[in-house]
Amino acid sequence: MGFEQFGIISFTSTTKTAQFVDFLKENEIRGTVCKECGARFFPPRSDCSVCLSDEMDWFPISGEGTLLTFTKAMFAPAGFEKDAPYILGVAEFADGVKVFGRLDKALPDDSVKPGMRVKIHVVALEGDRLSYELTAA
Amino acid sequence: MARVAVIGVGQSAFVRSYPGSIRELAFEAYREAMRDGGLKPGDIDASVICSAPEYDKQRTPAGLMAEYLGLNPQPTFYVESVCSSSSSGVRTAYALIASGLHDVVLVLGFQKMSEISSAESQERMGRGGDIQWEAPFGTMMPAYYAMHAKGHMEKYGTTEEDLALIRVKSSAYGAINEKAVFRKSLALEKVMEPKYVATPLKMFDCCANADGSSCLILASEAKAKELFSKPVWVLGLGMATAPINMAMRDTFSGLKCAELAAKKAYEMAGITPKDVDVAEVHDCFTIAELMAYENLGFAEPGQGRELIRNKETYKEGRIPVNVDGGLLSKGHPIGATGGSQVRTIVLQLRGEAGEMQVPGARVGLVHNIGGVGIYGNVTIFGAE
Repeated sequence: MGFEQFGIISFTSTTKTAQFVDFLKENEIRGTVCKECGARFFPPRSDCSVCLSDEMDWFPISGEGTLLTFTKAMFAPAGFEKDAPYILGVAEFADGVKVFGRLDKALPDDSVKPGMRVKIHVVALEGDRLSYELTAA
Repeated sequence: MARVAVIGVGQSAFVRSYPGSIRELAFEAYREAMRDGGLKPGDIDASVICSAPEYDKQRTPAGLMAEYLGLNPQPTFYVESVCSSSSSGVRTAYALIASGLHDVVLVLGFQKMSEISSAESQERMGRGGDIQWEAPFGTMMPAYYAMHAKGHMEKYGTTEEDLALIRVKSSAYGAINEKAVFRKSLALEKVMEPKYVATPLKMFDCCANADGSSCLILASEAKAKELFSKPVWVLGLGMATAPINMAMRDTFSGLKCAELAAKKAYEMAGITPKDVDVAEVHDCFTIAELMAYENLGFAEPGQGRELIRNKETYKEGRIPVNVDGGLLSKGHPIGATGGSQVRTIVLQLRGEAGEMQVPGARVGLVHNIGGVGIYGNVTIFGAE
């Protein structure tokens, strides 16, 4: 299995960034950094849109970030119904790198607010699937 | 720059479920626009067909439409930018005419959304976000806009009631628009019922899917004067884009693409926001209208709520917005929406908007957004 192992339902099977899933297996969430110009990207990309290089390294997203915004989705699109409700949000980590994803379901509703400190971790899903989520730091 | 006019407008009724096929749905707007302009099929030099393709079983719909509308053997092609497809169609038609390639170009927008379930529709629209990195989390349009609502509330203190006031306004005008899908006037208490779709957005903060079509006919200055007595002129066109992935965005309290598109459109038209007499903005969600007030310069950033609290965007206010009910009340048949907005503005500038007429309107603006601020189209029109 390659990239289609990422997330609850994957809509992409082949990508040059499939190694992202290998890092998830090692409990790491990684973005890419351009070897030529140093631009950092999350989500990862295999081509640099700043200097056009295709030479990329991987860097880990770690430490604490800040939740910028979120929503609690009460309904879900087709294929995700059994998960609802769930919280989606965007958080900013070091160097302005931002991450979009779900928030930990165990977080009490009233604890989730913009500005809260968060960290990111890998989650194992049913069917040998892997993802990541944000939780309170 | 060459002058380009709109010389014919048409729109089908927007309905929950159209009892016919896409070609028949398209013909309703086409017939109305052709009759409005007093035109026959031979007058059309080329057609631009606009929709969001994920809803159609028909592949390459432009070919089908050109045949059914009687527009063979003239050129036709397909333009797509999801919810702003037909505004991108207007931009394309303008370029075709201003370049001198064609004199009269038809822009047809359509969408028949009723053939799939709401959950399927949300899944397909969700794939208007980044399918590689976002859709695996279960994304949908209300959730994306809800994150902007939360962002705006957090930054500026906008409230759920401010958003509800926008729906109350919309419903008041939807009630008098015979082509709207939602024609019931709503009280604030009703809109505020805590039926959350994606917090802080509730049921009435969201527009409804609909089936519908729109049709516009654009012409060169010479042809417009020859064919039509009341041309409405395209004064300015602005378009801008922003990253599709939320992680690549800088702000969640406005849409950068709309702000940049507006700046370009105002510059091209040589006007300022104060010169706009009537506007149609892309209110797929109430928060989208509030952000539009600010991105278009009708209010300072963070002050959009004052416009709706003071009823400045009602017909009698300083800057009337969506006095045809907007997407919230008319419904939002993706590919038809931009053309429907332009039709409303053209009728306003001709003084033919009936009960919705803003007295003496001379300059009108259309703000039409594709996806969650991926594509921003702002187009400015003027009466002679």
